[in-house]
Amino acid sequence: MNKTKKLMIGNEAVARGLYEGGVNVVSSYPGTPSTEITEFISKYDDVYSEWAPNEKVGMEVAFGASLAGKRSCCCMKHVGLNVAADPLFTLSYTGVTGGLVICVADDPAMHSSQNEQDSRHYAIASKVPMLEPADSSEAYAFAKSAFKLSEEYDTPVLFRMCTRMAHSQSIVEIGERENFEGYKYEKKPWKYIMTPGNAVKRHPYVEERTLKLQQLAENCEYNRVEMGDTKLGIITAGTCYQYIKEVFGDNVSILKIGMINPLPVEMIKDFAQKVDRLVVVEELDPIIETHCNNIGVTVEGKSLFSNIGEFSQQTIKEVLLGEKAESEKADSEIPVRPPVMCSGCPHRGMYYTLAKNKITVLGDIGCYTLGSAPPLNALDSTLCMGASVSGLHGFNKASNNEKNTVCVIGDSTFMHSGVTGLINIAYNMSNSTVIVLDNSITGMTGHQQNPTTGYNIKGDPAGKINLEALCHSIGINRVRVVDPYNLEQCDKVLKEELAADEPSVIISRRPCVLLKYVKHEKPLKVNEEKCKSCKRCLKLGCPSISFKNGKAFIDATQCVGCNVCSQLCPFGAIGKEVQE
Amino acid sequence: MATSLMIVGVGGQGSLLASKLLGNILTAEGYDVKVSEVHGMSQRGGSVVTYVKYDENKVYSPIVTEGEADYIISFEKLEAARYASFLKKGGKIVVNAQEIDPMPVIIGAAEYPEGILEELKSKDIFVDEIDALSLAEQAGSSKAVNIVLMGRLAKYLGIGYDEWINAIETTVKPKFVELNKKAFELGFNYSK
Repeated sequence: MNKTKKLMIGNEAVARGLYEGGVNVVSSYPGTPSTEITEFISKYDDVYSEWAPNEKVGMEVAFGASLAGKRSCCCMKHVGLNVAADPLFTLSYTGVTGGLVICVADDPAMHSSQNEQDSRHYAIASKVPMLEPADSSEAYAFAKSAFKLSEEYDTPVLFRMCTRMAHSQSIVEIGERENFEGYKYEKKPWKYIMTPGNAVKRHPYVEERTLKLQQLAENCEYNRVEMGDTKLGIITAGTCYQYIKEVFGDNVSILKIGMINPLPVEMIKDFAQKVDRLVVVEELDPIIETHCNNIGVTVEGKSLFSNIGEFSQQTIKEVLLGEKAESEKADSEIPVRPPVMCSGCPHRGMYYTLAKNKITVLGDIGCYTLGSAPPLNALDSTLCMGASVSGLHGFNKASNNEKNTVCVIGDSTFMHSGVTGLINIAYNMSNSTVIVLDNSITGMTGHQQNPTTGYNIKGDPAGKINLEALCHSIGINRVRVVDPYNLEQCDKVLKEELAADEPSVIISRRPCVLLKYVKHEKPLKVNEEKCKSCKRCLKLGCPSISFKNGKAFIDATQCVGCNVCSQLCPFGAIGKEVQE
Repeated sequence: MATSLMIVGVGGQGSLLASKLLGNILTAEGYDVKVSEVHGMSQRGGSVVTYVKYDENKVYSPIVTEGEADYIISFEKLEAARYASFLKKGGKIVVNAQEIDPMPVIIGAAEYPEGILEELKSKDIFVDEIDALSLAEQAGSSKAVNIVLMGRLAKYLGIGYDEWINAIETTVKPKFVELNKKAFELGFNYSK
């Protein structure tokens, strides 16, 4: 194998491209499917990288680094860009000194997200150029070129990925890192102090820049025409290009868009004239189609293709060729296999306690959202990062302080945007109980460090936020810490805090069972003679416990001996050894 | 036309390592390769699927759709049945004879279908069942189910034994190389 050729997921290819493009500073918040970009960058020791508490902070760090004359980047998932939208819109006005790239990963089909918003709208709304690659090789090349684009046009550059791009591997031929020294810092108040007086002068610049970028879009490395059979012409971008090539090969003409904003005008008009039928194939919203309509080019798009979910080669075959897939399948009903909280997950004990006490629970975003599933059914809402805490305050203000409601939020999510909600609880005085599910890691995205863990992105010791001290300093007097493996303690403290006539925080603290330093205990066993088949242990929703031959059964390959189930069993049938 | 494989199973069973090994060996053999996986929610004990496609010519789409897979390698019986419709006519399923109850079965909201592999066979689907868990334990760890199955798959793919061993040595962490070589060998030499 050639040394410079490597199979890479899209996210690794972006990281490599940014690295070779001379990136100096990267600040991101993890979010599927964007996380690995920053993780791969963190492996380069000549780049400063970090996990920020949230996406807004990450983007502002990238802004500061750009202001200082260095090349910077921040990465996030689509909903993270909502959090960072505030700096984005004004960064469009200030422009950059060192190149600034904002990677945003959309999640059509919502493999791991709460909505399937289309980030391309942000590029249009903020008037910032956006690139979108179609495989790892393009991801690498586009990312490498993005800093020059950013500097030449004095603009941040949005870099759009989608789940299929981000997590698909294809072959990349890599090169060398550009030696970029950085620009010397110069004070430019007219460009960087966005008071109204300065901003009114920058807005016309932004409009001029858009016109220049439109000229670029007509003839650039990102957009290309592949003429084949001219009966059908397709305008497309991203992974959809691959599906079309797979189905049609060269028997189609394609205008492949790599720069999503601004879109070309003459290039599209010219292409439209050369083909008999013109179709736009794009996932989610009709961005390219609307542009075509605006410039007077008639296309078919969302009249044929859905604006919901992901496409595939099969979608293309069905819509454009009328071909259905042929295959055999089982007639038996196949039960679904949803993701579950792991065996020994520290969240389980607290959720069991909440469910047992029939508490209304406002939830948040993380592994612990899985507590919403049967049999625990422990959650009542999940909106966005931090909404559990602020929502609880609103819920309590609206419901006469009956106090049968709490919220749950993970340690990383609390740092991201839960703490501002807690400040509101303290300031506007609601009698709310906030439960921080502190598993000492950012779990769902695959174990990233955060401000409460005491380690940085490289695993080196770092500043460690003390949650108890933070809550006290905000003005919360009642801060309790419980071990979620101890059901009696959880129950007692929960009842006490709900009875208290002031706001409180319960920190449910135990590290994620998947962390390498967490020692697993010996698996538990069920004493079949003592087991009375009451199925109480099954209420935990532990994947290790099932019901076999009329008795509870613990799978020794999965059980980590957390002992939560043994505390539930009224007959003492679960223990380390089979008790005779 | 690219050869299409699917690796399906339960989150945590090691399908990512299997796809990494496959990707590396196919790249080393000089093929154009695409591998597609989904991270995040689909882990944590959920149903997981990874696509691997390779060809002497360019591979375009990174995913496999219904009726397209040449091979489905399933780490669990129910998952083989879940994705059986992705198999093309004449395709083959290699399946670990293990049953892992999904949560709806655990809580009694659904039943694990009995004789599910026999049902697939009755539809003229080629099903190669192997007790990969026992072989993995024999190799030294129940976690090596993934590599046992790669050993079994190797019987069909026509890539040499030594090439696989080389790929294991370059893909797997050094301290797990011997375990995985043993697991591969047990899967490769398995006979019914």
